[in-house]
Amino acid sequence: MPAYLDHASTTPPHPAARAALLAALDEGWADPARLYREGRRARMLLDAARETVAGVLGARADEVSFCASGTVAAHLAVLGTAAARRRAGDLVLVSAVEHSSVLHAAERHERAGGRTHTVGVDGYGRVDPAGFTPPPGTALVSLQHANHEVGTVQPLAAVTEVAHAAGVPVHTDAAMTVGQLPVDVGELGVDLLTASGHKFGGPPGVGILVVRSGTRWANPMPADERESGRAPGFPNLPAIVAAAAALHARAGELAAERERLGALTARLRARLPELVDDVELLGDPDPAGRLPHLVAFSCLYVAGEALLGELDRAGIAVSSGSSCTSDTLTPSHVLVAMGALSHGNIRVSFGRGSTEADLSALLDVVPGAVTAIRERAGAVGL
Amino acid sequence: MSDARGGGTADVVIDALGRRCPLPIIDLARRIGDVPVGGTIELLADDPAAAADVAAWCRLRGQELLGSAGHAHLVRRLA
Repeated sequence: MPAYLDHASTTPPHPAARAALLAALDEGWADPARLYREGRRARMLLDAARETVAGVLGARADEVSFCASGTVAAHLAVLGTAAARRRAGDLVLVSAVEHSSVLHAAERHERAGGRTHTVGVDGYGRVDPAGFTPPPGTALVSLQHANHEVGTVQPLAAVTEVAHAAGVPVHTDAAMTVGQLPVDVGELGVDLLTASGHKFGGPPGVGILVVRSGTRWANPMPADERESGRAPGFPNLPAIVAAAAALHARAGELAAERERLGALTARLRARLPELVDDVELLGDPDPAGRLPHLVAFSCLYVAGEALLGELDRAGIAVSSGSSCTSDTLTPSHVLVAMGALSHGNIRVSFGRGSTEADLSALLDVVPGAVTAIRERAGAVGL
Repeated sequence: MSDARGGGTADVVIDALGRRCPLPIIDLARRIGDVPVGGTIELLADDPAAAADVAAWCRLRGQELLGSAGHAHLVRRLA
């Protein structure tokens, strides 16, 4: 039975988003910067979407900007804060397990003459807040809310406390948590937050950038008047409206979905070691310390690419951090930083449409697939 | 002599250069029994995942990773 179990990569559009997208294509096609009737109508839709997103995230509407993607939002957050705080310092602190968008922004900062320091993680992929104590000359701390490959939730509030004690602002990449866990910028204490619309049931092409008022931030890109000067270009208004509708709907479903998907991941974590020899479950075993919808594991002596292939033939879609599945043939930097086995790696992530039947389909296929791959490689009884 | 620590010679050397992960780790697991407990085995592997996976394998199998240098990884059999 086919099963789409890669919702952490992207998830199908929420029904509320589909409806909003179609309506906004009809009603919100005009330029929201124009003052005639059609423009005003578009502006109202954009403002309402901004209010909705701000409300769900606990921010003020004027703190929320929309850009082209979660990746662009992370680039703008990191580089914009580093640019604005150049006089305070040139050091950016990031964790070793950040999404590539944050790491690539940090690399760009370095190439421009700045410094980056990478904070290591424990075996669950979690940072120690003390590691984020900012040395003098720190411009920014950037720490994900939860990890995208193994689901570990980071001690963000504690890190924020440590950073703020030194007067250093904090950015969080919340692409994995917005729409999955309650996310409130005030409670987290962060100064900047970024997220991605398609991760929670919106269409692709919507990044969310929250810059709390009072945060020093300067657009690192060429000047543009759109989105209060924070994100360039004509906004993808229908997609923004749809993403806001998806986020609003997710907020209403969140408590029930957390419980429902949490039960699926708990069962997967319990069953895998019973069904498969030499499988290592990754991330925090405590449900309070991990995302409710994601399980990552590695199978000893198994090529991740072969396992993806076997699962794909059975109609099951998952992702992998193993080197043989990456374009560059390098293992996932997250798995390496954790000291986890990087081969035979699989990430399973459930979503709104996922059912018990999807989990059963996965559990029906994985044990036989792992055994067959190990037999082909002559890796039995090792 | 290609000891990962630049010290003495390993009891067994496995050449897994050019082999893709997890094959070098499978080679290591196959040959670990060729050395006595306390003996050393050196794995030569240039797959970018090899260093991480040798360390993880040692942790999972209760063996000791004495060190990695370049493409050479020195393991002591403990179990």
